Parts: sequence; structure tokens; C-alpha cells
Amino acid sequence: MIPAMTPAATALRAGWARGLIELRQSFTNAGDLLAHLLWPVLMLAVLYFMRDRPFGSEGLLLGTLALPSILGMNAAMGMVSMAQTLTAEREDGTLLRAKATPDGMRSYLVGKVVTVAGGLFVQLAILLLPGLLIIDGLAVGSLDAWLTLTWVLVLGMLATLPLGAVLGSVFTSSRGQGLLQLVVLGMIAVSGIFYPITSMPEWLQGTAHFSPVYWLGLGMRSALLPESAVSVEIGGSWRQLETVGALGAWALLGLAVAPFVLRRMARGESGSSVAARRDRALRRIG
Amino acid sequence: MATSGEIVLDVEGLRMRYGTTDVLHGVTFGARQGEVLALLGPNGAGKTTTIEIMEGFRARSAGRVRVLGTDPAHGTEQWRARLGVVLQSWRDHGRWRVRELLAHLGTYYAPYSTDAIRRPWDTGELLEAVGLSEHADRKIRTLSGGQRRRLDVAIGLVGRPELLFLDEPTAGFDPEARHEFHGLVQRLADDRETTVLLTTHDLDEADKLADRILILAGGRIVADGPADDLARRTTAADEVRWTRDGRNFVTSTPGSTAFVRGLFHAYGEEISGLEVRRASLEDTYLELVRQGEAAAREAKAAQ
Repeated sequence: MIPAMTPAATALRAGWARGLIELRQSFTNAGDLLAHLLWPVLMLAVLYFMRDRPFGSEGLLLGTLALPSILGMNAAMGMVSMAQTLTAEREDGTLLRAKATPDGMRSYLVGKVVTVAGGLFVQLAILLLPGLLIIDGLAVGSLDAWLTLTWVLVLGMLATLPLGAVLGSVFTSSRGQGLLQLVVLGMIAVSGIFYPITSMPEWLQGTAHFSPVYWLGLGMRSALLPESAVSVEIGGSWRQLETVGALGAWALLGLAVAPFVLRRMARGESGSSVAARRDRALRRIG
Repeated sequence: MATSGEIVLDVEGLRMRYGTTDVLHGVTFGARQGEVLALLGPNGAGKTTTIEIMEGFRARSAGRVRVLGTDPAHGTEQWRARLGVVLQSWRDHGRWRVRELLAHLGTYYAPYSTDAIRRPWDTGELLEAVGLSEHADRKIRTLSGGQRRRLDVAIGLVGRPELLFLDEPTAGFDPEARHEFHGLVQRLADDRETTVLLTTHDLDEADKLADRILILAGGRIVADGPADDLARRTTAADEVRWTRDGRNFVTSTPGSTAFVRGLFHAYGEEISGLEVRRASLEDTYLELVRQGEAAAREAKAAQ
């Protein structure tokens, strides 16, 4: 006899299994593999060309500054994958299937977090390991650097994944998703990823504080850059407390709103709503 | 666990209103354990709405609905585990392999296994039952329409449901796939444990599979009974032919069974070449839908 399990335990276990299966699928399928590799490879190319460009008078190199920032941006992109997956899987009925299965919705969400976060970690590794060979001047020799990297990443995912789930439930059409992408690109542009934020106009620097991309980039730089690089940051500080505060606030907001929004979305799912969305999508194509 | 003959579905005065339009006005019917019900009706009659309300996917406007003793609007996950749902079309999990998905979805039902009903259904056995064994390792998106549909049915069955909803299960099937599917439903029905509610546009299918037929027209159930009884409620009659003393006879009667019994009683061995052609369900169906829709129009005009 199978031991009795609480529904929460089932949801966690099934969700974990589900996440791993989908993660494996995304690495054994040519299209997905390309998508996983394209972005890191592109970024590595950018870094390669930036690697010798000096910035400021401290002897810092632009490539050195950009690598941790790009890692942070990448982590923040989990928000977009989460939103896109939700929209797509609502359209093809995966969500409805989850709804028709006992404890299915919770497992589905656990599974999505595992898949998206797992994919991000792999992408991060693809970017970071060759990046360490191309780029000089990173401070990765200490345990401290890796610990900081870990907490920034975990907190960053907590901040961006629930938020992505909320955005995915709110924007139901692919047009909405396009808009969302535009907003995220704007966020990246003002977040000082490719060029230090202190060289931007002050009002833009102000805007960046609302973007989780900025805080993830800052956190990553605080982990991987030498102490001297702090001079190009706002206020000449890594502002780790503020990073925890800002990412923590996004995480709390996302975690507070997500269950409510997701429940509302799930309530609306039925065979006819899935069929209606598909008809709309087909009309757009046809 | 339900005992044989227990009431599984109980719908009374179900109403559904979208804006100012009533789609369902007081739908009432029920089902006992092990029955196979076919819900027929023209497009837009509210079949899908009715099923979605019973599945707990849609909130009703008014009326009493009990599915396995529970109001679907407040169904728990435990309740959900006793249902199987096969919708009109699924395209989900295209990247999964057939066996992988069935085995995975089965794990959700394991905590709801009881001594009487072992959940989930063994993946290998289930694949065999729906005739997908040889496709078990294929990616789902590479399946043909009929194979995909059989997988959907398998997913509907993986938790060994006490009640199975099948929304147009054989739409798009070729005759052979249809025949195999009918065999599957009949095997399920033979155990008298799973109650099945199916919608279809194929009247022969309804006739073949269902113990009882419900016709939904104009937002109401206008007929509820075995296919034979429905035929008797309309003017449609059966045709009986026979030979006696070398002469051919033919007669039309709404009660062919009683007529034939009378015939044998009167003439016994003299009767040969007996042939009974039942009034087609199609005649009956068209007549009942016509009446139902006319009644709905009159009721609306009288408001």
C-alpha cells in the first residue's frame, strides 16, 4: 500500500518530477537547445569584443563590468520565460489539463519554477564558465564571491519568477506578450547592464531603481568584481542591504499577488475558453 | 465508494444565463452508477455548458447540481480524483512521450487510491486497453488525430474514474478507430462501475453505446430514456415484415416487440422470414429537437 501523502507533498513531488522531465526535454530537442545556447553565445561574443575596452580612470575594463551584469540580466529574463510559457500553455490546454487533475495546478506551478529556474542555471553556467576565460579582472577566487552569487540568484528568482507568473496570467494574448517584451527590453536598457549606470542621466538612474534587472546586475557585480570597481556604482557602494530590500520587496509583491491572480486565471479555464482562444489565434495567423 | 445503483449525477433545475440570454432553463436529469448516458442536441443547445458545469469548470446561474454527491462548484481535489475528463480537443504536452505522460499523470492519483479502487491504472495495461502500446515511446505531437484522441481517453481513465465525461470522443475518427473506441467504452460499461456521460453528434454511436439518451434542445432536456422508448414517444413507427402461408405481410407499429409476440402467439410455427426494422433514432431525434425548439420559441414569445 502506498503511504498516505498530504496533497502539498504530492504537489511538490509531482511538480519536481514534472519540472525535471520538461527540463530534460528542453535539452534533448534541437529547437530548444538552440534557444538555450543562442543567447549565452551571443552575449559571449559581445563580451569578447568589449573585453579590452577601458572604462574610467581606475583601469577597469568594460567587459569585466559587463559580465556580471549580463549574468544578472539573464537571471531576470526568467520572468519573461515564465510569462511566455504560461500564455502558451494556457492556449494549448496544458493548464486546463492541470486543472482536471487532482492537485494538478499546484504541481504545474512547482514544475514550471523547476523548469524555468533549471534552464536559467544552465544558461548561466554556459555564460559564466567560458566568460571566466575571456574576461580578466574578476574576483572569483574567494568563497565569499560564490556565496554572494548564490544568494543574489536565489533572491532574484524569488523576485522575478512569481512576477512572471502574474504577468503571464494578465497578458493572455501573444500581442500582450510582445508588449511585455518591449517593457523588459526598456528595463534592460536603463539598468546599466552594458554600460555603467553612473554614466547615464540622473532621472534614468532613478527609474532603474524600480527594475529588478538593475538590482540583479548590481548584486552580481558585487559578487564577482574586485572592491575597486565599486567606484562606478551609484553612491560608490554595492548597496547590498538595498539590493536585499528591493529584490525582497518584488518577491513579496509577486508571492502575495501570484496565488490570487493564478487562481482567478485557473477559475476561468474551461474547454470552451481554450477553444475560443485557439480560434482567435488561428484567425490571427490565417 | 459508491455501491451499485447509487446516484452519481443529480441535476435539478439547472439554469445558465450569459448576460440577458438564458442558455439553459431548468435542466433536470440524473444518472446511476454504471450507466452510460449520451447527451444529444444541436450545436449551441448548451451541451458543452452543461458538461463544464458538472466538471466544475464553470459556475452555474441557478439550480442544484450534485456530482458524486458533491456540488462541483465546491469540489475538492479528492472529488476531482474520482472524475475523468475528456474534452473535445487537447493539444497539450506535445513534447512528452505517450508512456511518460500517462505514467506521470498517474502519480497524481496514487494518494487517492482506496481498497476498493486501486489508483492509478497501470500504465502498460492502460496503453494496451486503448491500443497505444506500439506508440508508447512516440512524442505526443507526432500522433495521428485518432491516436491522440485515444491518448486523451487514456488520460481520462488513468485515475480509474467513477464518472467519465467524454465530449464528442469520436469526432474525426475513421470507421475502424470508431469501432475500436466503441469496444473500449463497452468494455468499461460492462464492469458497471464507471458511469459515462458522453456527448456526440453521431446518433448510431449514441444508440450503440448508451443505456439512456438525453436530448437537450432549446435549453431543456426534451427527452430522457432508452433509445427504444424515445422512438415510441414520437410518431415514428417500426416496420415488421413476415411470411405466412407463402404470403408476404408488412405492417407499421410503434410497438414492434409486442406485435411480434402477438404474431407468434397467434400463428406460432407458421411464421417465417420475420424482419423488424426499428424506427431510426434519427427520425426520432429530429422530431424531438423540432418540438423542443418550437416550445422554447413559444415560451420566449409568451414572455
